[in-house]
Amino acid sequence: MRKVFFDHISTTPLHPDVLDALLPFLVGKYGNPSSHIHEQGQLALRAIEEAREKVAGLIHATPEEVIFTSGATESNNLAVKGVARAMKKKGRHIIVSEVEHFSVINALLPLINEGFEITYLPVDQHGLIDPEELRQSVRDDTILISVMHANSEIGTIMPVLEAGSVAREKEVYFHCDATASAGHIPVDVERMGADLLTLSAHNFYGPKGAGALFVRKGTRVDPLQEGGFQESGLRAGTENVPGIAGFGKAAEIAMDEMEDDALRLRGLEQQLREGLKNRISHIHFTGHEVNRLPGHVSFWIEFAEGESLLIYLNINGVMAASGSACSSNLKAQDEEDLVASHVLKAIGVPSDICTGSITFSMGKWSCPDEVDYVLEIMPGIVQRLWEISPSYSDYLKSGGLRR
Amino acid sequence: MSIGPYSEKVMDHFMNPRNVGEIDDASGVGEVGNPACGDMMRLFIKVEDNIVTDAKFMTFGCGAAIASSSMLTEIIKGKTVDEVLAITNENVAEALDGLPPAKIHCSVMAEEAVKAAIEDYRKKAV
Repeated sequence: MRKVFFDHISTTPLHPDVLDALLPFLVGKYGNPSSHIHEQGQLALRAIEEAREKVAGLIHATPEEVIFTSGATESNNLAVKGVARAMKKKGRHIIVSEVEHFSVINALLPLINEGFEITYLPVDQHGLIDPEELRQSVRDDTILISVMHANSEIGTIMPVLEAGSVAREKEVYFHCDATASAGHIPVDVERMGADLLTLSAHNFYGPKGAGALFVRKGTRVDPLQEGGFQESGLRAGTENVPGIAGFGKAAEIAMDEMEDDALRLRGLEQQLREGLKNRISHIHFTGHEVNRLPGHVSFWIEFAEGESLLIYLNINGVMAASGSACSSNLKAQDEEDLVASHVLKAIGVPSDICTGSITFSMGKWSCPDEVDYVLEIMPGIVQRLWEISPSYSDYLKSGGLRR
Repeated sequence: MSIGPYSEKVMDHFMNPRNVGEIDDASGVGEVGNPACGDMMRLFIKVEDNIVTDAKFMTFGCGAAIASSSMLTEIIKGKTVDEVLAITNENVAEALDGLPPAKIHCSVMAEEAVKAAIEDYRKKAV
């Protein structure tokens, strides 16, 4: 059966050149960068320093400002908790958008217990924060603003330049989670005025288990764990050398190919969106129409539940994601965790409808053929779910009136 | 082998749901919903001589919700009203070879639907 991977927002396939770049550090070059008195250690150290330069290049930073971590979750935790704990004497107020990733939202929970106050900035129906509202939310004791660059669930690109300039003006640290955007659209820490910025390798064709936090020179951050003095003392522990080497290669490739990829993905995005619009009624697209990640199409369909759609798509070989309450938390041990997506709630989608949200995210090797295939199978899948939906039955009986 | 969150039985009942539809002259209809996740189940039963002779359902919901609905209709057909009232969500979940912990509420929805349908039947029968 045909397989179509339209879930690049969750992860991307490894680029073959990335594999070539990281393999030597799994096989022959096994040194510890801290042991750079000898040859093996020197090989490893050189690899991570070269990677640091490439990752820095991708975001217009200097290499010394790039701290390697295990991924975006660790980077977000380090940024939020690290700044809060280093700055708590200055103030205990943090502002975040309400659509941040769980690794930001949940990193705030222990801080609340430590006496911090959090302002969750609302977003409009497109998922955008209002920079003016951000400005007005800043208090004398505000120490950090954290706004993501792009939202994985609805694809919206945030006004981060404006957020950054508010932070500059108010002399508050600005953290930007660029997990979903880096490697796909330009990320420039200088233009953004970011003091901290989160990156993840596997979101742009690099390996899993490698990420970075950009920390602007002079920014005060407490480390999360005690140990050695790796990564400027901010991230104790032996570096993931193969992962970092692959991360560097992925950054290099992204710099070369990002623009062409984005252009191509815009075309596929339009093909998919227009095709869905023409073939499926009761479909509602989410996120910003223009300011969105290339190749990202998100929507919900009335009377069709998200997880059920995903299962049928998977049966047909199509892998996608849902902001559905019921699919995002399948491993949840507690029913309480089955809340509708906080992102969809934030953009004002009613909770009984939030369960229908689907995200198709295309990538470097997605092609028009795959879009055609998805467009071919979608109407039948939706029809099947509609046929057993009581609310669709009511809708038909009411002669097409809204519920 | 099923390596997803669901047993093969859940997947079977999801992909080939039994007894989908409505019963025009139903003896009782039970409708329950879970506002937290938006699921909704509508169960139609036909009762003759105190025995549930037919059952049909329509459900909006996740894989577990649809499978629980389908399994429920299979379980209750041919049973007496009292037997049907004794059915618990565990019976439904067990018949499906288990549900993920976070999906137990889907089997609860099935139990509630059948109790609501019987209640409706009794109200109408009076």
